Amino acid sequence: MLLHVRDLAFGYGGRSVGSGVSFDLAAGEVLCLIGPNGGGKTTLFKTLLGLLPARGGRVVLGGTDLSRLSRSAIARMVAAVPQAHAAFFPFTVREVVVMGRASRIGPFAAPGPSDAAAAEKALDALGIGHLADTVYTEISGGERQLALIARALSGEPRLLIMDEPTASLDFGNQARVLGQIRRLAQAGIAVLFSTHDPGHALLCADRLVALHGGRLVADGPSAATVTPALLRLIYGIDVVVAPVPGLAAPVCVPVVD
Amino acid sequence: MSDIPAAAEAIELRTRRRLRISAALFSGLALLALAVLALAVGQYPVAPADLAAILGHHLLGLPSRAPAAAETVVMQVRLPRVIAALVVGAALSAAGATYQGLFRNPLVSPDILGVSAGAGLGAVLGIYLGLPVAPIQLLAFLGGLGAVAAVYGVGLAVRRHDPVLTLVLAGVAVGAVLGAGISLLKVLADPYNQLPAITFWLLGSLSSVTLGDVAATLPMMLIGLVPLVLLRWRMNLMSLGDAEARTLGVETRVLRPVLIAGATLITAAAVAMTGVIGWIGLIVPHIARLLVGPDYRRLLPASLALGAGYLVLVDLIARNMGTVEVPLGILTALVGAPFFLWLLASGRRGFA
Repeated sequence: MLLHVRDLAFGYGGRSVGSGVSFDLAAGEVLCLIGPNGGGKTTLFKTLLGLLPARGGRVVLGGTDLSRLSRSAIARMVAAVPQAHAAFFPFTVREVVVMGRASRIGPFAAPGPSDAAAAEKALDALGIGHLADTVYTEISGGERQLALIARALSGEPRLLIMDEPTASLDFGNQARVLGQIRRLAQAGIAVLFSTHDPGHALLCADRLVALHGGRLVADGPSAATVTPALLRLIYGIDVVVAPVPGLAAPVCVPVVD
Repeated sequence: MSDIPAAAEAIELRTRRRLRISAALFSGLALLALAVLALAVGQYPVAPADLAAILGHHLLGLPSRAPAAAETVVMQVRLPRVIAALVVGAALSAAGATYQGLFRNPLVSPDILGVSAGAGLGAVLGIYLGLPVAPIQLLAFLGGLGAVAAVYGVGLAVRRHDPVLTLVLAGVAVGAVLGAGISLLKVLADPYNQLPAITFWLLGSLSSVTLGDVAATLPMMLIGLVPLVLLRWRMNLMSLGDAEARTLGVETRVLRPVLIAGATLITAAAVAMTGVIGWIGLIVPHIARLLVGPDYRRLLPASLALGAGYLVLVDLIARNMGTVEVPLGILTALVGAPFFLWLLASGRRGFA
């Protein structure tokens, strides 16, 4: 098992946000996390990345307890894709992507030919090779998100954690990122992502976990787990989950009155 | 088939490297030319032939027939100044580039963590107590280090917020307290002897720098420069912010204090030698970023070279503008602030 979470309690600054969280994630599996605003999704991710100490329970990554791994050891296994953001300095896309190699480069060293090649490969995998020499701060939000995924891939991680990768993206770019998640899983990478749209879980996740009131209230195959009852519990609204002829996955739309 | 783009890439790489080497050579020669010009020009002009003779005599041991006065002016007065300007300009700019990356803020200058205020208080205290030059410089140096240590201590004690933001805010607060101390000493100081000396020191000047001062502070600067040079690629990652850098595998809790210590050592040594020269550490990294981009592997050497040249030039102007020498801090602000506004208005690539 690549990621093994048992009875995890998490929070920050002395404040508890969630507890009793247990789940597993295997290589090549896509797991979607849903939960209301302020429900602790980001805090949970930060804890899984080792940025926040666990307040209880265990996180085991690749067979080793997370608390015993160095930052670079964690980074060699797990890459995180933040929400598309504005980098502060005008680095080129290539410079941004090669930063994903940091955990494989000595502290006093700079990227070499093999790192440049890995960055190139990641750029091509995301289909943004043509943007390599463009300035990161001057490309669109969707392109930035793709560049950040390429940065994560260049480090050759086994697990990718994406915090709302589709937030602030337009309709087309959302679909592109979801398609990318599927392709990553086919390549054997485990993906854990959060979203505000349960439909995204139906479209590209093998499994779904839901965080509500600081606890996991659901864990199962996406198609069986995304139910009106669960969504009513989490979001407090009525939702229709219905199959559509010609589509593999059912659609999930809120009832607006 | 796939060899063709690979070969093209190799050629491109070679051209780029050649371009970089020629750029480095060009800036080195330009710096040298500027330094020679600064040795020749001043209240007492030295003819090019005399300058060549004097330099030839001291560097190569050739016989010199230049007037003794010219020899004194060049070797005793101008040479220490020019060397100090090169060293201090390079030092402040490298520190500024590092702080701007660490604090992800284009308005950051080497005094962000209170180095200048601490060094200022140390020096002003030394002047107030009537100490000779060397102890004043030592007090300035220790004051600068002490201020940053205090700010960093507060940053470690307050763990509730983003560590970078905490440092900046602590720097503002500690700087204000030290500024109050400086003001108090100015009020108490003798207005005829001490106050002018204090004012002059707080505006920065190279006029009384000796080669001994340079020799005494240079080791500190070189020690401070070591982590900046060694970690220059890691600096790129530090500029992404704490959480992102850590996620990418960077031990920010080790690197940040090491880089801050290096940049602080450099700044404290520079301020101890010449007083507070503002704006250089703020402006020069921006110009360097416009020229070579934000990658610290190129930005650091570019900042060092540009900073060295900039301060030699500003000092050259400062001592030739009028009969009274203009304090450097006044000129650097007069040149720097409008440039900064232009940068802001034109939306150049210096910062996002």
